[in-house]
Amino acid sequence: MERRSTTFTVFIYASALLLAAIILAPIAWLFIMSISPAADLAAKPLRWWPQTADFSRYQTLLSTAENSAGAAFTSSLRNSLEIAGMATLAALALAIPAGWAVSRTPAIGWSLSMVIATYMLPPVALAVPLYMGLSHVGLLNNVFGLALVYLTILAPFTTWLMKSGFDSIPREIEAAAMIDGAGLFQTLRIITLPLAAPVMATSALFAVLLAWDEFFYALLFTSDQRAKTLTVAIADLAGGRVSDYGLIATAGVLAALPPVLIGLVMQRALISGLTSGGVKG
Amino acid sequence: MSGTWMTTRAWLLMLPLLVVMVAVIGWPLVDTVNLSFTDAKLVGTGGNYVGFDNYTNMLSSSNFSRTLITTTLFAVISVAAEMVIGVLAALLLNQQFHGRAVLRALMILPWALPTVVNATLWRLIYNPEYGALNAALTQLHLIDAYRSWLGEPGTALAALIVADCWKNFPLVALIALAALQAVPRDITAASLVDGAGAFNRFRFVILPYLAGPLMVALVLRTIEAFKVFDIIWVMTRGGPANSTRTLSILVYQEAFSFQRAGSGASLALIVTLLVTVLAVAYAALVRKTAGSAA
Repeated sequence: MERRSTTFTVFIYASALLLAAIILAPIAWLFIMSISPAADLAAKPLRWWPQTADFSRYQTLLSTAENSAGAAFTSSLRNSLEIAGMATLAALALAIPAGWAVSRTPAIGWSLSMVIATYMLPPVALAVPLYMGLSHVGLLNNVFGLALVYLTILAPFTTWLMKSGFDSIPREIEAAAMIDGAGLFQTLRIITLPLAAPVMATSALFAVLLAWDEFFYALLFTSDQRAKTLTVAIADLAGGRVSDYGLIATAGVLAALPPVLIGLVMQRALISGLTSGGVKG
Repeated sequence: MSGTWMTTRAWLLMLPLLVVMVAVIGWPLVDTVNLSFTDAKLVGTGGNYVGFDNYTNMLSSSNFSRTLITTTLFAVISVAAEMVIGVLAALLLNQQFHGRAVLRALMILPWALPTVVNATLWRLIYNPEYGALNAALTQLHLIDAYRSWLGEPGTALAALIVADCWKNFPLVALIALAALQAVPRDITAASLVDGAGAFNRFRFVILPYLAGPLMVALVLRTIEAFKVFDIIWVMTRGGPANSTRTLSILVYQEAFSFQRAGSGASLALIVTLLVTVLAVAYAALVRKTAGSAA
């Protein structure tokens, strides 16, 4: 390793501290707001550190009492979980066979390229017909309807990830199993799919994150507690006449918790998933 | 096993995906094209055929040109800032220091934070009466009175760009870091021996390794930024005085607020065309960069 001067070392540590502060300060402030008494948040000069930690807002939002702020929040939480779960399962069910087929039969690769090219489409280019279509079949303001629409985002992405995953499993392993007399589906079940399990897990996590994050379609296609997702509920809170900013911050913390935990725990897998596209170029 | 059977089998496995994609993307897209030539409303029966009227009206409206400029400003400035800050952060994270692994793990936080939560968080920070930015700047004596950062046309777009950059530069940093770690150590060592300065080392030794991955990040981020909706809707809804209204917001207003499905569809297709042109131009550029770096 090259030797470094003291000045350079000091510079590195100062920059690292600055970067850490830039990343952490807004997130820390979101959490501090969520536990600060309302009076502290409205104080001038602003009180940066609460005198007493007040966790009551978490209780408020997670309570399921009828017609409370909690009822709206918990129902949107449940909707988000259901929609993300259904859309992810459906996307994987489509992506695994398609990803394998393209990986093993390059001749049909152009069809996947077309599917992936839809990534460029702005959602507004599909929104009006989707709205009319969902309304026509009675799936507006419905968790199934929204999960179906989310396939426009989830399916191309997961197929692309699965295809790259299958590409890294040598086809010689499959060929060997077949020579030993295994049929195609037996080979896939015993050999290929177990080897692809980590990629499937990564794809599923990405799909859940994408669905959890989605806002545009949810805003358009849902209108009340039956299907409103967490992102719409939070936008409602932020844009509404809520006088307690701490409550908005609390909703934000709760909505951010699952993806942030996934992000931290699955760091390595997520980063390699994110960068594989970049590095392969 | 014969090649035709292999191909047929592959198509059969692709079929479910293709059917769903045609249903939720292909058909709506074709329908948007059809709608764009009519004066259809969002609800009610289909409208009358009006030819290219929607397109000519939209392209000649001052709303459109102003919105296009706003969108371009947002996309160019935020993506440029994200690339520069992202590469600087990656160069830092590629150094050896205590706590590097922790800092690298922290980078995933803004990326994982849902876009709407990020927008809400910054909306609270910019709050004109109780916001942390006003409080901090006043306590540091940098401003005399609280300001409405999102409420003034002069600062709203800049405030949005800062919020967008904060969320997205870490992704660029992680991509750049992965590329930096692929630079062979002996190459940088050799350039040191040859007496290359820090800047020349970056320009001629390291940058070629970064170029490919960064181009891909640039393409993806630019397309995303051009389509931006969520963060703007939550923070300003395109206001004040339409100073932060981007193309996607304009389509939303046209098709859903004013219920003019036909004219909204034509605008949506104009946006699609712009994004496609961007993507094709970039793809050519990526291929060129990849070619010259190899």
